[in-house]
Amino acid sequence: MKTGIVVFPGTNRERDMAIALHGVTGRKPEMLWHRDTTLPDLDLIVLPGGFSYGDYLRCGAMAAHSPIMREVKAFAERGGHILGVCNGFQILTEAGLLPGALLRNGGMRFLSQDCYLRVETSETPFTRHWKKGDVFRAPLAHGDGNYACDAETLAELEGEGRVAFRYASAGGVVDASDRASNLNGSVNAIAGVISANNRICGMMPHPEDLVDPLMGGVDGKPLFDGLVEALVR
Amino acid sequence: MTAAQKTVDAALAREFGLSDEEYGRVLTIMGRTPSLTELGVFSVMWSEHCSYKSSRKWLRTLPTTAPWVIHGPGENAGVVDIGEGLAAIFKMESHNHPSFIEPYQGAATGVGGILRDVFTMGARPVANLNALRFGSPENPRTRQIVDGVVRGIGGYGNCVGVPTVGGEVNFHPAYDGNPLVNAMTVGVARQDRIFLSAAAGVGNPVVYVGSKTGRDGIHGATMSSAEFDENALAKRPTVQVGDPFVEKLLIEACLELMATDAIVAIQDMGAAGLTSSSVEMAGKGGVGIDLDLDAVPQREPGMTAYEMMLSESQERMLMVLKPERTELARAVFEKWELDFAVVGHLTDTGRIVVRHRGAVEADIPLDPLADQAPIYDRPVAPLAAPEELGPIHDPIGLEQSLLRLIGCPDLASRAWIWNQYDSAVGGQTVRRPGGADAAVVKIEGSEIGLALTTDCTPRYCRANPRSGGAQAVAEAWRNITATGAKPLAVTDNLNFGNPEKPEIMAQFVAAIEGMGEACRVLDFPVVSGNVSLYNETRNPDGSTQAILPTPAIGALGVLSDVRKTVGLALPKSGVLVLVGETGGHLGQSLWLREVLGRETGDAPVVDLEREKRNGDFVRERIAAGEVTACHDLSDGGLLVAVAEMAMAGGVGCVLQSAETGIRPEAFWFGEDQARYLVAIEGDADALIARAKAQSVSARVIATIGGDGLTLPNGATISIARLRSANEAFFPGLMEA
Repeated sequence: MKTGIVVFPGTNRERDMAIALHGVTGRKPEMLWHRDTTLPDLDLIVLPGGFSYGDYLRCGAMAAHSPIMREVKAFAERGGHILGVCNGFQILTEAGLLPGALLRNGGMRFLSQDCYLRVETSETPFTRHWKKGDVFRAPLAHGDGNYACDAETLAELEGEGRVAFRYASAGGVVDASDRASNLNGSVNAIAGVISANNRICGMMPHPEDLVDPLMGGVDGKPLFDGLVEALVR
Repeated sequence: MTAAQKTVDAALAREFGLSDEEYGRVLTIMGRTPSLTELGVFSVMWSEHCSYKSSRKWLRTLPTTAPWVIHGPGENAGVVDIGEGLAAIFKMESHNHPSFIEPYQGAATGVGGILRDVFTMGARPVANLNALRFGSPENPRTRQIVDGVVRGIGGYGNCVGVPTVGGEVNFHPAYDGNPLVNAMTVGVARQDRIFLSAAAGVGNPVVYVGSKTGRDGIHGATMSSAEFDENALAKRPTVQVGDPFVEKLLIEACLELMATDAIVAIQDMGAAGLTSSSVEMAGKGGVGIDLDLDAVPQREPGMTAYEMMLSESQERMLMVLKPERTELARAVFEKWELDFAVVGHLTDTGRIVVRHRGAVEADIPLDPLADQAPIYDRPVAPLAAPEELGPIHDPIGLEQSLLRLIGCPDLASRAWIWNQYDSAVGGQTVRRPGGADAAVVKIEGSEIGLALTTDCTPRYCRANPRSGGAQAVAEAWRNITATGAKPLAVTDNLNFGNPEKPEIMAQFVAAIEGMGEACRVLDFPVVSGNVSLYNETRNPDGSTQAILPTPAIGALGVLSDVRKTVGLALPKSGVLVLVGETGGHLGQSLWLREVLGRETGDAPVVDLEREKRNGDFVRERIAAGEVTACHDLSDGGLLVAVAEMAMAGGVGCVLQSAETGIRPEAFWFGEDQARYLVAIEGDADALIARAKAQSVSARVIATIGGDGLTLPNGATISIARLRSANEAFFPGLMEA
């Protein structure tokens, strides 16, 4: 699987992501500079976490208009697979590649702690290594992760099974009104969504930071294992 | 009247913080009345903040060498050998005064400044820590300061992408008008790629990179060298404003350029900005420097030479480049969309010459500026004896004492704070805050781990500055030992009151003596540091309130195999062994303060030989794989440490009765030093026998298991109850 990681000025989790991808693919990902106007041959593009362009405007708003994003959109139109994590998820929504928006956390503070995610579908390349209903742990670290969308979009996402992950308790109970599990106040406790073609996934928590027992566990690893299995040529 | 129109005389010099005697020296050096810009340069370079004029005599007594020390004090940060050709570069620095005036920006720019001290030497920053002291929780302003400081540290560190992995927090009314924000950064570099600040090569270009210069932070270094009065908040314009996004770009651009051979010398523009960076680089290199201020990137029009030389605008660096590499360097900074300007060149004159709009605004000989900087041997009063301990009785019993202690401001869960700091970014954080006595981060691409901590017990330092200074070092050494790491070196951040008062100097001198002795015995040299004096508030009635003496110690240890580290969470089974001698010392203990409402008695004795013996024993047993979890004993003593291990593991234990002849509250809550708890799942008898053979006291204190803490009197406190007592304070203070 050939992977590329987009680096914007202010991106700061590209190294974490590179370690996770290197670990499962055995090859180093290509680092893609925000000003690049061509892409190498890739199976997966990752938009990693960070504060692209400082995120002084709406998070991801400026990155969505950077030169590389024209190429990323073209890649998406060709049916390419894209994973956006944290700031990457924000950028995907700003770029219109995924529906909805990420608002300021409900508690109005930056949150950095472990959360639990319930897998809502195993029918995607990103979640195929889990079973529906599996619960895993992942660190989250964001100020703007409160997923929101209009009622129509929400009905569509839910109806088409395009919610990939929801915030849950350690025991797997989802309760959107429970701030102890749905930390940022997301609608329907949505933590990650999938595109209509099943090939673009955005999520707020960081599976890439939990792929080594030394760092506290391997809960995030199935996502990368699944991608390798799905995308290897 | 603007500054530019002011007449330079002794009165203006006083306004700039120079004494009449110091101004006299300026006149002698210059042989004429200095220009306003020149007076500004002298006043910041000779400020307490930049010159260490009250502290230098005593700082020299600290041990600074060891075979693994590559660079000690004198560079931007300390550098130690951590193996495999790698070096750890670290320092701690205060941003106390700005954080009181404007908590968010004060704390944020504190983080930014210490990051620059580390990456300017060629290191990628891998961890941030911070030691915070706030006023009484009952003081209404405390909540606002805590909120701003925590948001500021998080806002900067999270964006710049360096994990904030540890630190400490205390509350005490002595910090009501003067909180302490001490920020520490640790970076890693290849030993053959370390960059220093001494300029060299007459004719070489002097290059300015980073953000533009504005009118912020002018005279910040002088502001930090005076007491606060009731008008302190009017000094807000002297506080700088940070931009972590630019800092992130600056880190990446500098590290990219540092991979080439372009840089001769580099220094960040910290306190006193362009002045201190240019003066120090040229001075260390024994060369002169010509600066052309017309070339300096400026945020606003019409800035004077005085303003530009004194500005403390953030995220700026000064470099001396090889001339043939200038365009290569320009391309790197343009790629990262940062300002890049050649603003001068090195000369052989031994002078700093500053030109602006066709005029020479400053022309100062560098040697006298450094050599004739004032050094004071301030009067030192005899130390006051600690207050008598007074009678001891236990009005509430072990169970209630424990619950009260683990819920008190100094011991309550810090999760509310940690959960606003990104501690995982970088993907190398092995122990996040609360997971072990010291944070542990892995060095990417190696098996090396760094153990990092900050420590100080200010109430000990007030009662007995010498013991307190030694204890701060010993506790840092213990915390690193408890992870299995070998303690290597420390950075100190010495926060004290007004050094012109003999009783404050007495605290300072005794604390340094205690620190120095501990560093020598524990082979734990000081490789960098910072002194923050004048941490006092003047009340409207003229009286002053000094902070508790707070010599904060930041420390670093190394694990050659990071996989052998242990945390503090109890395993599911086994026994808990207490290593070290328990004498039941209640003087200055948290139990005394929280249960009897007194801060009396002497600080605990620090027996450094015993510290070393016990710590070396514990570290060896961790390395041998015999220890599952380890926790040092400090604030709150034995029972608090047991409770912390139980809460972290979600596992209880059954405590054995004391049977020592010591009063129960003294045995369980006394704060004797040199002690650890180790969880043993294997053969505890063998470990205890080995301890005895090495003259180390060790005994089984509890059997691990169950979901509560069973006290010797048979009462059981559930883990859930412990946690709810432990977790209530911060949300109650901040979210109510």
